[in-house]
Amino acid sequence: MSPELLNALAIFVLAILVGFEVISKVPATLHTPLMSGANSIHGIVMVGAMLIAASADNWLSYLLAFVAMVFGAANVVGGYVVTDRMLQMFRKRQPAKPVAEAEK
Amino acid sequence: MSQPTTDALVFLAWLVGAAGFVLGLHQMNSPATARRGNQLSAAGMGLAVIVTFLWLLTPGNPIRPGGMGVEAIAIILVGFVLGGGIGLWMARKVAMTAMPQLVSLFNAVGGGAAALVAIDDYVHVVGTPELSISTAIFVVLGAVIGSVTFSGSLIASGKLQGLVPGQPITFPGSRLITAITALGAVVGLVVLVAAAAGILSLTVEVQLIALGLIVAAALIFGITLVLPIGGADMPVVISLLNSFTGTAAAMAGFVIGNPVLIIAGALVGASGGILTKLMADAMNRSIGNIMVGGFGTGDAGGDAGPAGAAGNVREVGVDDAAIQLAYAQKVVIVPGYGLAVAQAQHACRELADLLEQRGIEVSYAIHPVAGRMPGHMNVLLAEANVPYPQLKEMDEINPEFERTDVALVVGANDVTNPAARSNPKSPIYGMPILDVDKARSIIVIKRSMRPGYAGIDNELYADPKTGMLFADAREGLAALTAAVKAL
Repeated sequence: MSPELLNALAIFVLAILVGFEVISKVPATLHTPLMSGANSIHGIVMVGAMLIAASADNWLSYLLAFVAMVFGAANVVGGYVVTDRMLQMFRKRQPAKPVAEAEK
Repeated sequence: MSQPTTDALVFLAWLVGAAGFVLGLHQMNSPATARRGNQLSAAGMGLAVIVTFLWLLTPGNPIRPGGMGVEAIAIILVGFVLGGGIGLWMARKVAMTAMPQLVSLFNAVGGGAAALVAIDDYVHVVGTPELSISTAIFVVLGAVIGSVTFSGSLIASGKLQGLVPGQPITFPGSRLITAITALGAVVGLVVLVAAAAGILSLTVEVQLIALGLIVAAALIFGITLVLPIGGADMPVVISLLNSFTGTAAAMAGFVIGNPVLIIAGALVGASGGILTKLMADAMNRSIGNIMVGGFGTGDAGGDAGPAGAAGNVREVGVDDAAIQLAYAQKVVIVPGYGLAVAQAQHACRELADLLEQRGIEVSYAIHPVAGRMPGHMNVLLAEANVPYPQLKEMDEINPEFERTDVALVVGANDVTNPAARSNPKSPIYGMPILDVDKARSIIVIKRSMRPGYAGIDNELYADPKTGMLFADAREGLAALTAAVKAL
């Protein structure tokens, strides 16, 4: 195994552990946005699509790179926008509500 | 700037992007910081993408030393505008009730992209000395996992959208097909690795065809994996497929030797894995048991009419139910998938607001697997402007049911069935439930006596404390609101 591969494996394992550590404290309230946000993050394959587009030199590679690019971009843009839309809705209490609080 | 310096700067930018993902996910720990977290994560993504594009344009980069050509630039820009435009449009226009299928759809394309990146790299290096054993392994893993999530997530999305029937679909030989395709993929992996190691001598064409067959097997496997799984098990399936896509992205990262893909993919793989485990635990079933499928009857579609009930059921009228609610001190609303189907989240909040104005304490009891994806109810109620501190998790709300005057069950069924606690013969025995039966009185809004996805009767409905209000969730809640107002 090459040193590059060993380095990559180390990064992979550590990133998994970081993932476990970071996510395990997320409350159930945020499970959907969390999943959707994580969903956008794997849109990073778009960077991979760009790299294969740059090295493409035959029609098959061009085609694969193009489809990968479309898929990746839909994943990234759609994922972040929809997550933001969801999170925007999570509020503590809107201004109209304190009346009900005061009555208690 | 010398080329090694440029390359190092690009690497550092990727690292900053990856740090943005980690910190962004970390801020999802609290609703107060979650939105900023997602924006941080998006900024990290933007940085990684833009820096990569500029790097590839620069002559001298190691990927395309001459700087990428017009074709590549066109592919990237047109692909981005097309894919991004579709994604943006769908993300903007989708109704909150359709969120599970959209998340699933974005997951599908992400998995597809990961598979394509792995496949394309193989097309490049096959037949050259660059093809190492490890490359062959990661290509096959990336292509297989990516293809399984692509077809599997499309089926899941179709089930949630109602394009594919929600109930478990099995046909003679379906298990056999799953087994054969899984075996085929493993054999393919061994063959391609042996070819890369020089043990088997295969022509380039044969190796490419073998990879094509592996991908076809993986696509079929994804379909036959998800078809037999019932609609109510979707929270588990969706988070598992999300985890798969992350893993596929990481595999693609190994293939093209890119650290940011590996880090981001591993993060998502881990987070999806945790969510999957949480969901399976909340149903007291193993992930394996859920993936085998065949459980339950699927979506709550079509009415069997008020029949087949366990014992005597007491029906309650809208006015009686309204009086019970209006003169309570503490009301707990228990929402389920029926709330989402009827799009009743706004009607629900209106009733809750009205009760609060009368000085009644209102909270919501959310079961972890209520709905069709993790946290589904929370998103729906947030859309209706329900403040999130009112949404109580199972462990928090269960001790409170004893002090609750009225538990209002809206479109939830199996997660309230006391048989899970008391009847060892019940299929859902051992599943943690909301202790709705401990409330002083219970009102259930339900269209009919039709059982929930587990296909079993709910003892709660036969409880003398329970009144059944037969109505569509939205109409029933609106009628209750009108009746409380009239008091």
